[in-house]
Amino acid sequence: MELILSIAIGIMVGSGIWLLLRPRTYQVIIGLTLVSYAVNLFIFTTGKLTTGAPPILKKGVATTLANYADPVPQALVLTAIVIGFATTALFLVVILALRGLSNTDHVDGTESQ
Amino acid sequence: MAGIIAIIGAIITLTFLPDVLAGNTVIQTLQWLPTYKLNLVFRMDGYAWLFSMLVTVMGALVVLYARYYMSPKDPVTRFYSFFLAFMGSMLGVVLSGNIIQLVIFWELTSLSSFMLIAYWNHRQDAKRGARMALTITAAGGFCLLAAMLMIGHVVGSYDLDVVLGSGDTLRNHPWYLSILILFALGALTKSAQFPFHFWLPNAMAAPTPVSAYLHSATMVKAGVFILARFWPVLADTAAWFWVIGMAGLCSLFLGAFVATFQRDMKAVLAYSTISHLGLITLLLGLNSKLALIAALFHMVNHATFKASLFMATGIVDHETGTRDLVLLSGLRKAMPITATLAVVAAAAMAGVPLLNGFISKEMFFAETLNLPDYLEVSTWLPVFAVLASAFSVAYSLRLIVQVFFGPKATDLPREPHEPPRWMLVPSAILVMLCLLIGMMPQTVIGPILASAAQAILGPALPDYSLAIWHGFNLPLTMSLIAMGGGILLTIILRPLQKRMPGQTPLLYRLDGRTFFDGLMNTIDTVAYQVMSLFSTRRLQPQVLWIVVITVVVTIMPLLLFEAWPKLVMRNIDLPFTLLWIIGACCAMGAAYQAKYNRFRSLVLLGGAGLCCSLTYLWLSAPDLALTQLVVEMVTTVLLLLGLRWLPRRMTTEPASDKGRAMVRRLRDMIIAVIAGVGMTVLTYLQLSRPRPEGVSSFYLEKALPEGGGSNVVNVLLVDFRGFDTYGEITVLSIVALTVYALLRRFRPPRESLKALEDRRFRQSGDTAAVDDDAELPRGTMLVPTVISRFIMPISTLIALFFLLRGHNLPGGGFVGGLIFAAAVILQYMMGGIRWVEDRSRIFPQYWIAAGLLMAGAASIFAWFAKLPFLSALAADLDLGPLGHLHLSSVMMFDLGVFAVVVGSTLFMLVALSHQSLRFYKKASAETADDNQEGNPISGNTPEAGLKRDTVDPPSPSATPNDQGAPSWN
Repeated sequence: MELILSIAIGIMVGSGIWLLLRPRTYQVIIGLTLVSYAVNLFIFTTGKLTTGAPPILKKGVATTLANYADPVPQALVLTAIVIGFATTALFLVVILALRGLSNTDHVDGTESQ
Repeated sequence: MAGIIAIIGAIITLTFLPDVLAGNTVIQTLQWLPTYKLNLVFRMDGYAWLFSMLVTVMGALVVLYARYYMSPKDPVTRFYSFFLAFMGSMLGVVLSGNIIQLVIFWELTSLSSFMLIAYWNHRQDAKRGARMALTITAAGGFCLLAAMLMIGHVVGSYDLDVVLGSGDTLRNHPWYLSILILFALGALTKSAQFPFHFWLPNAMAAPTPVSAYLHSATMVKAGVFILARFWPVLADTAAWFWVIGMAGLCSLFLGAFVATFQRDMKAVLAYSTISHLGLITLLLGLNSKLALIAALFHMVNHATFKASLFMATGIVDHETGTRDLVLLSGLRKAMPITATLAVVAAAAMAGVPLLNGFISKEMFFAETLNLPDYLEVSTWLPVFAVLASAFSVAYSLRLIVQVFFGPKATDLPREPHEPPRWMLVPSAILVMLCLLIGMMPQTVIGPILASAAQAILGPALPDYSLAIWHGFNLPLTMSLIAMGGGILLTIILRPLQKRMPGQTPLLYRLDGRTFFDGLMNTIDTVAYQVMSLFSTRRLQPQVLWIVVITVVVTIMPLLLFEAWPKLVMRNIDLPFTLLWIIGACCAMGAAYQAKYNRFRSLVLLGGAGLCCSLTYLWLSAPDLALTQLVVEMVTTVLLLLGLRWLPRRMTTEPASDKGRAMVRRLRDMIIAVIAGVGMTVLTYLQLSRPRPEGVSSFYLEKALPEGGGSNVVNVLLVDFRGFDTYGEITVLSIVALTVYALLRRFRPPRESLKALEDRRFRQSGDTAAVDDDAELPRGTMLVPTVISRFIMPISTLIALFFLLRGHNLPGGGFVGGLIFAAAVILQYMMGGIRWVEDRSRIFPQYWIAAGLLMAGAASIFAWFAKLPFLSALAADLDLGPLGHLHLSSVMMFDLGVFAVVVGSTLFMLVALSHQSLRFYKKASAETADDNQEGNPISGNTPEAGLKRDTVDPPSPSATPNDQGAPSWN
């Protein structure tokens, strides 16, 4: 399972970076979103993969990391997901403003020569 | 005003009179940063006292002089403030006990002198001269700072006393030569010595009082001041002699030579200053104690006669309106007193007996004869000295004879007459000093000079005498030869001077200013070229560099990594693999389609996000899965809203640069592949290592007993790490407001407006049927709109359910808020903006504010219970039949989070959706122009569907309505 997840993260990062380097604004925003998903997954994996043991405390089960998943990375990633959405929205609006001002959707503001 | 300032100067002078003649050093330390040993140390010994007297007394006299010199049109307050600033910084240099502090005050003198030189800033030559002076002296100051830092490093302390005691350490250190050169650069630039002398004549564009103070008595003296101050530490080596001594010699000779051919009186005096300072520098470079004493003596003398001469020049300029030696003549009759004072001062400059210049010149000659047989210099150095003195006699004589003697000039701009008495007083005082020192040196200045010398050399002074008559010896002969030679030179050179006034023969092509300007231009050009090579305004190269460098920096440790883990192939979970095959295809598809088909790419992105959400669920993170799911939804809606404003998608590549585009794509592909592979390796490595020691077990153990909840993640977010979450919701609010603000001024491009108009015509049937008053929204999708009307309360319930149970089961403020926001957005999508907003009472900005306030209140509550910020307060209520209710202030915090999330999300999405509404109306109003506050109402006749318009324009709350804000007021 670790292997699959690593490959998955790698593919998402690769696609995201490819899009980031492209000249059209829409590609950049999709790229950023992909990269942010991948990075969230990466941060999440710092807490080691466990299945079937969500950090919801149950009666009678000892509260150790052997019985539950690691809650700290999860809390971090939750924050990251929400703020990632906010910045995506902001970036979209910046793209729109750029589009309005320069009449093109090239990231440099002018069509390349 | 000027009087008050002069009195202040005098009082400052007086406070120094009860002084340190006894040979003590007065040190006063002001604590500044004791832990770093950075203190303000002011240290006065005999030498510093001498200089402070010089600075303050000169200052007082020049202030008095300036009072009469400056015309009423000049802004004198600026002048006096800069003047006092300069005096202060000069005193700082002189009295510093810490070498870094000295450099700070040094730079302050450069700055204040810059302001003074550029005082008449409407004049081009003043600005240029000031800039040149500042550049050169500031560059020198920088070198001086470097030298001081090195000295401090070698000696181990920045305190002046310590430094002065470690002469041998410094001299024998391998860094000595570089220290010396940097130090010399600093001192020589300030004192306008060869080869940095050219800024001084250009600084003559300053008002004459400034020149009298700065360029004769104080600022240029700062250079020689530190040369003498550091003499016990750095001198006594051959390198010192060659660097300092030769610079002094060149300046001495060059200055004197050029001065004889100048046309402007102030230029003569400027070059003469260079020459005399060269004399002092040469004396300091001779590595002899007697020479040092001679140098100190000459510093004082030069100040007196030079300042006096500058004042006389200023008087002539003030009275006649010109300083040109070609025009001036025979002013003796018109201003006799001025003439007398000038004659005496010039005589002192030339070295006429019974004046102070004579004595110091004698000592100078004596020292040049006393050289140890250092090298070849000892034979012809005295010869040079005599020659230079001859020239100095020549120019002094010429100055006086030309200006004051001879026939009366006829074509002067103003009619000359004697200046007001008080204008002459400072000059008179200085000339009197010249005479007194010249006639009775030992009584007037002997003890002071001795104490100054002792401050530098220590208590044992060599034998010297300041007597006027030493008997017929070689120095006296040299003086006589010099004087005779000077008179001869004056006569010989006169026809030359008449023929080419102002042009120095042989040297006039080497103009310092053109060289300086050329240098500055070259620096500018080179800088510009470097910049155009390396920087860019385009985003793509910048992003490329960022990505490449990040990848390289992250890859490097990976490549150096030793213990690669084995690839474990055992528990390949088949469903999970399948999930991510789909996910990977979605990601790659999104990447591939992003250019040509944006909608498809968005959908595929949504697919990738869903796979992420399922992964979270699989890997025991239910909160995350929920959040990711709803965020995915909302992001899709967001991007869809923005899609309409982007230009038509391209179907083919423009044929123009297929080749280059292919190369670029290949390059980007390679970088992306490397990044992806690297990330894979990194993740796998991380997953295969043992878990590091962390705080997670703490949270797991303490969540229920101290946090009161069993959902550890939620307890972490709103209780243990509540402040982080508070910051996060603040960020959310800020972003929402920013989005709103940016969209207020949104101006879509023409083509999008056109597309909008086309759509309107195409769909006019449906939209015409929109009835804003109907009970049910009617429009394009009838069945979903009916269902959505019923769904709203259920979705609200679900959202609240998730909010309330968040503390103990998966859920929480974020999830609940997002679900609620998604439900409201569903309404918008089904019913249309206007229908929803007529009925809605959700004003997102109020929700944001309320949310932040609630969260803040929840945090502050704890203060009332005398607990720290953000502590949780809990209360258990027994509500009888309703059961047990566990209330906590954390719930209020979570409620705040809920409100902020709802508010921000709605704010952003609704602001975006309003853009099309706004331009819908504009497109129909047939004003395609940008018309911001424009016409919300008029010209908006046609459709019934859009008839429902807003309030009248005069009411101020109306205008935000059509700026894209939701239509509530």
